[in-house]
Amino acid sequence: MTPVQLSDGARSRMRLRGMIRKESLQILRDPSSIGIAFVLPVVLLFLFGYGVSLDARDIPLGIVVEQPDAATAGLIGAFERSEYFAPRRFASIQAAQRALDERHIDGIVWMRNDFSRHLLSGGEAPIGVRVNGVDANQARITEGYIQGAWLAWLGRYAAGQGHPLQMPVTLEHRVWFNAPLISRYFLVPGLVAIIMTLIGSMLTAMVIAREWDRGTMETMMVTPLRIREVMAGKLIPYFVLGMAGMLFTVVLAVYQFDVPLRGSLWALLASSALFMLVALAVGLLISIVSKNQFVAGQIAIVVTFLPAFILSGFIFDIHSMPWPIQVLTHVVPARYFVAILQSLFLAGDVWPVFWANMGAMAILLLIFMALVRRKAHKRLE
Amino acid sequence: MNDTALSLDGVRKTFLSGRREITALDGVGVRVKSGSVTGLIGPDGAGKTTLMRLAAGLLAADAGHIEVLGMDVAREPLAVQSAIGYMPQRFGLYEDLSVQENLNLYADLQGVPRSMRPERYAELMKMTGLAPFGKRLAGQLSGGMKQKLGLACTLVRPPRLLLLDEPTVGVDPVSRRELWSIVYSQVEQAGMTVLLSTAYLDEAERCTEVILLHEGRLLGQETPAAFSAPLAGRTFELHVEGMPARRLQALLMRAPGVLDALVAGDRVRIVTEKAIVPDPAQLLPAHPEVQIDPVPPNFEDAFVARLRDHDGAHGQPPAVSVKVRGATGEEVIRVHNLERRFGDFRAVKGISFTVKRGEIFGLLGANGAGKTTTFRMLCGLLPASGGDLAVAGHDLRRAAARARGSVGYMAQRFSLYANLTVMQNLRFFSSAYGLRNRHQRERLAWALENFELGDYRDVNAGLLPLGYKQRLAFAAALMHQPEILFLDEPTSGVDPLARREFWARTNALAEAGVTALVTTHFMEEANYCDRLVIMAEGEVLAEGHPYDIRRQARTPDNPEPTMEDAFIALVQGREQAA
Repeated sequence: MTPVQLSDGARSRMRLRGMIRKESLQILRDPSSIGIAFVLPVVLLFLFGYGVSLDARDIPLGIVVEQPDAATAGLIGAFERSEYFAPRRFASIQAAQRALDERHIDGIVWMRNDFSRHLLSGGEAPIGVRVNGVDANQARITEGYIQGAWLAWLGRYAAGQGHPLQMPVTLEHRVWFNAPLISRYFLVPGLVAIIMTLIGSMLTAMVIAREWDRGTMETMMVTPLRIREVMAGKLIPYFVLGMAGMLFTVVLAVYQFDVPLRGSLWALLASSALFMLVALAVGLLISIVSKNQFVAGQIAIVVTFLPAFILSGFIFDIHSMPWPIQVLTHVVPARYFVAILQSLFLAGDVWPVFWANMGAMAILLLIFMALVRRKAHKRLE
Repeated sequence: MNDTALSLDGVRKTFLSGRREITALDGVGVRVKSGSVTGLIGPDGAGKTTLMRLAAGLLAADAGHIEVLGMDVAREPLAVQSAIGYMPQRFGLYEDLSVQENLNLYADLQGVPRSMRPERYAELMKMTGLAPFGKRLAGQLSGGMKQKLGLACTLVRPPRLLLLDEPTVGVDPVSRRELWSIVYSQVEQAGMTVLLSTAYLDEAERCTEVILLHEGRLLGQETPAAFSAPLAGRTFELHVEGMPARRLQALLMRAPGVLDALVAGDRVRIVTEKAIVPDPAQLLPAHPEVQIDPVPPNFEDAFVARLRDHDGAHGQPPAVSVKVRGATGEEVIRVHNLERRFGDFRAVKGISFTVKRGEIFGLLGANGAGKTTTFRMLCGLLPASGGDLAVAGHDLRRAAARARGSVGYMAQRFSLYANLTVMQNLRFFSSAYGLRNRHQRERLAWALENFELGDYRDVNAGLLPLGYKQRLAFAAALMHQPEILFLDEPTSGVDPLARREFWARTNALAEAGVTALVTTHFMEEANYCDRLVIMAEGEVLAEGHPYDIRRQARTPDNPEPTMEDAFIALVQGREQAA
């Protein structure tokens, strides 16, 4: 063979291309990576889009009227017309209580026989309300809705009588950003962060750990390959896969689930790209530290997937967490990304929110990348 | 040009295992000459892999100096890695890439210019015989072909120094020979230097020089001939008309002045302490008619003699007490048309054989031949896809616990609880078989004494040397005095001394009427079996007495074929028929 000399740069590019081609072929041939990038988003979107709902709608409500008359009929009508309730009549409070115990209904509205008398004497007409408090959140919502419906009816009734109800403070509701109060509007954008965490951290951590498990890493180490080429060769294909998964999720969210996207596309792309890099850096770090597929998978679930789910504000409001947990959420990259996503989808380009969270993600990226650089080397120890 | 390709001086390397420090290499100094094929030989745990990894720059030495092709590995690991080729024990092929894609990847990583690739690929494909399989996924190649592809990937840019870590372990004999011829062609054509570690002692004789390691220390570096020179006149082959070689070996192992006795075909090979022809009357008083022929020493004789000098006397076979019901010669294992499919893949393709009581029956074949699958079906661990099987009249998958109680099983790689001590392991396995109270205590004492595990009783099993792990696993399988033993690759990876000991114990058990079914990929171990089947790709190629199987391969050129010759003849005959 006649030796042909290649420049260092040409050889480095050749190595990187070789790594990227190999990794891409493996992604295409491994059903699990395609599954995580494209099947999982569909499953999660359907689950959160249709299955999980934090809204209170058609709440089964028991109504007990001890002395029916025009006034009680008016209030019942108000409950029946409301889209929040599905009222059922019960003859006695005991019967309603039994239904509540058996979870046929979630609450009871009890109009006693002195209901109309109180009303006519010009005061407030008290109603008894019992709510199933097993799910505290749901109970509070139900209670609030009942109270809302009651107050609205009371106001209308008083106006009809010609002497408006005297209230010290009147509450006027305006819901911003998610006016119809549909929970999937804020759940679906958060899902983008979950899916990208799965691809970026979990899939990447397991794929690299697999190379240690199967002994392919040891062989690769004894080639002219540099450690940064190994890392780049892994990062680039998974970056592309993650962004593809993100775009796929967004398209589904907007066109299938009618979630509004009020912000600009470029802001979405830029923040996704930054978040993807952070997720990949964490994935790399996990795989370097664990070097074992099973352990890498477990660590990835505990330190990336679960926090992204629970501590990111995706479902649970960060401000209502105890303060030590609130402090902890600051190292969860998904927290910043979820904040950006929710504002981009529902509010539009809110630049102060966008840049503050981008800055936080950039800092995390620098920290994780520095750790990767320190931990990654071409040694087996 | 420097005539030393690799040199180590006073190299020391320790690892931490838990809180214990383990010394993998202790002051090792060796030189590998340019253009040579140097064998790195030693029992498991001798430090072979550590030495390879140090030379490849994958580990950093605690002390000492390593120079590869004139470069200091500690200072220029990347330059060293760019100049050498390294094939680790588990060569990292990407099983979901095709043969050609694997080659492309390594050509990219090694910086082979595109213009040079077609020529190099053609050369490698021709050498390895992989040309027809370019598009096949690496995961679907046989074990031997995978190993050849791994070698081809390492050679895609001819390295100046090639490090091969146990490249032939578990590979079938045909592929082993091919691997060796590839290695030699590279040395001759490209002037490459090769350092190769191996557990097969017959391979040492194919090396220019041999480095012998034992427990992290260098025992010597010489030519194979120089190693065996001190044994000149001390090696003999013995034969007693009408006596099975196994029984003769058992007698000779206890005979005075005998350092080593080994079954070799239908004869027994011995190494004596002194270089004089032994006196039959002294050697075997009961059989003065013994025929004694001097033979030239080989490397294995030298190796065992050196280790014996180092380690002292070997253990005696254990006292065996087994209650065996039924007569010797009765069929205890019957397999008929047994088949096992995994998806489209037929791992076992309708095999049949029978095993009689008190026999040592071998399943011989390379990795992937279907031995372990057959074993698991026999033990009831895996359902058969077709065919019939019976062990002591039962199908163990459906049999009652009592039927299983007559069977002992020693799994591949000695499934022991690594974080339990020797005693705790033994106690657990004996309890699992229902041993209690006084009976259990007796058996525990028996195991510790007969398997010489007393010194290690409170050591965690995971920290034992491999030879002791094997003893412990064997002891655990014998706690309940089973009549039938299933031993899956019991000798894989253990050194020749531990292997000899294992076979001595198995012999003693068979003499006492225990039936033993053994799988092995060491061809020469077939000689320890009463009968055996040779398996390849899920089929039985031959069944019978080892002597008869060897005799089938007899040719005018090779009147005394070894089991390996016979195996190769069978495989080639099958390929021609196909």
